[in-house]
Amino acid sequence: MYMEAYNKILEEIIREENLVYKKTALMTDKPLSYCPGCGHGVAHRVIMEVIDEMGIQAETIGVAPVGCSVLAYEFMNIDMQQASHGRAPAVATGIKRCWPEKYVFTYQGDGDLAAIGTAETIHACNRGENIAIFFINNGIYGMTGGQMAPTTLPGMRSSTTPYGRDVALMGNPLKMTELVAMLPGTYFVARHSVHTPLAVRKFKKAARMAFENQKLKKGVSFIEVVSNCNSGWKMTPNDANKWMEANMFPFFPPGDIKINGEMVAKAEKSE
Amino acid sequence: MADKKLMKGNEAFAEAAIRAGCDAYFGYPITPQSEVMEYLAAQQPHLRTGMVLLQAESEVAAINMVYGAAGTGKKVMTSSSSPGISLKQEGISYLAGSQLPCLILNVMRGGPGLGTIQPSQSDYFQATKGGGHGDYRMIVLAPASVQEMADFVKLGFELAFKYRNPVMMLSDGIIGQMMEKVEMFEQMPRATEFDQRWVTTGKTPDRERNVITSLDLDPARHERHNQKLQAKYQLMRENEVRFETIACDDAEYLFVAYGSSARICQKSVKLAREKGIKAGLLRPITLFPFPYDEIDRLTKQLKGILTVELSAGQMIEDVKLATEGRVKVALHNRMGGMVPSPEEVLDALITHFSI
Repeated sequence: MYMEAYNKILEEIIREENLVYKKTALMTDKPLSYCPGCGHGVAHRVIMEVIDEMGIQAETIGVAPVGCSVLAYEFMNIDMQQASHGRAPAVATGIKRCWPEKYVFTYQGDGDLAAIGTAETIHACNRGENIAIFFINNGIYGMTGGQMAPTTLPGMRSSTTPYGRDVALMGNPLKMTELVAMLPGTYFVARHSVHTPLAVRKFKKAARMAFENQKLKKGVSFIEVVSNCNSGWKMTPNDANKWMEANMFPFFPPGDIKINGEMVAKAEKSE
Repeated sequence: MADKKLMKGNEAFAEAAIRAGCDAYFGYPITPQSEVMEYLAAQQPHLRTGMVLLQAESEVAAINMVYGAAGTGKKVMTSSSSPGISLKQEGISYLAGSQLPCLILNVMRGGPGLGTIQPSQSDYFQATKGGGHGDYRMIVLAPASVQEMADFVKLGFELAFKYRNPVMMLSDGIIGQMMEKVEMFEQMPRATEFDQRWVTTGKTPDRERNVITSLDLDPARHERHNQKLQAKYQLMRENEVRFETIACDDAEYLFVAYGSSARICQKSVKLAREKGIKAGLLRPITLFPFPYDEIDRLTKQLKGILTVELSAGQMIEDVKLATEGRVKVALHNRMGGMVPSPEEVLDALITHFSI
């Protein structure tokens, strides 16, 4: 009896005219493998929505990395190539050079992009490959169980820095985004997050620009998404987001760094 | 129109790449094969045929550019020499696991480590037995002349696309650097004609998305994938064995050698025959698949086999597998960039078999 009433209410609510949101067809129906509270799912959806809204599914090729998002091609309903650890910018270069008129993007974590793939990242950016690079930075190796990443903050705990990252011993965290912004081959460089509705809207606008820019053939569009890893950080999703705002944002401040090939003056930077 | 030229092996390879309709080359300089990219750059292939030429930041980046480009269904290649080929092994494993066609040239130099820039054949195991991680094979073509440096480009691409698998040309510093007369085949169109349903072009509504990957976390499915790969390698064994025999009909002694060693042994056969020694030469052209059956067939008439290699003795293991102990197999080798003379090889034959 209860189920019957429930289903009836559902039927009344779920009508075309009542819908305010619909999942993009560019996300598959496969349940996401990410931890509840993780930013990957939102970042995936935003990028797929942009491709959907631009109508470029038939011209887009994505490159999946190694890390938590190694299975991105299971969720993104587009043609994709899986890259070996850190090599996504080289793989994307190979694709784009052969299909110069198509849209090509990489989706990489901080270990992939800023540690093992540093050379490929810097050189693809410096050559000015006409690709988009999405860099998800949660300051930790999530998939392998929470080891120190190149972006782990000073003092931050991880499974390989159990007493906190001691800069004297482990070296400094790397600000890849500021670094690639200095290279002549980058055209658009920005840092965003996906932890609030406002942040998601800002990221989506930037992601759209990253794909639109590919038509101009003026170089790399590079977007860092500062994200959380509540499992790796050993926090609840809410606490992880709060911790991210309090600790990650001062070191990795969100905002535009380079637009249309020009560095954004520091005073104009938002947040 | 036959186009005869005097060329270096590396240059012939590069010219043949353009003529074979290669779509993209990604490389990194290393001696003794740097002429490949230098020749291509001088030819401005983007103007000649529209071919992409890109000097990568490393061998690792180059092979991964090949991986990306191969996923688009284009004819792509890279070249390097031993230390650089070691760096490419991970990428080659991914190419094989993802079943992507491409052509890889190794102009071998002496190892291990930085070794030497002089010629060697010490990457035989790496090329024929896997090299990278996982169970995979590549068809390995061993050119023994500048002519074959050109011809095997065309053949290599045919085989790469026939099996959707990387093909390696295993050359060496002698073949790469020496100049010979070469007859170039005519320019072929760059458009590739083959089943392109698997390539990444952008998903259209009429098909499922195409994914190029070697990853499968489901062990049962991944075992099936491995079985499929093994079945493909078996087909290569059945259909792609290539070799050349010289003076083998009445031979009592057999040289087995490939690449530049085979060129030396060719002369040794002549010298042996002048002395009344019935020697022949079997030159494997494909190192994988290896001509086990032909060596097995010849074994019945032989008194001894001398394997001649510029290595500590690597191919000799395959020769012994073919003979199964029915005839004595000896080795004459030089290492570290040293090369034997035809007389030295003949002396070794006489000594080993007390002729």
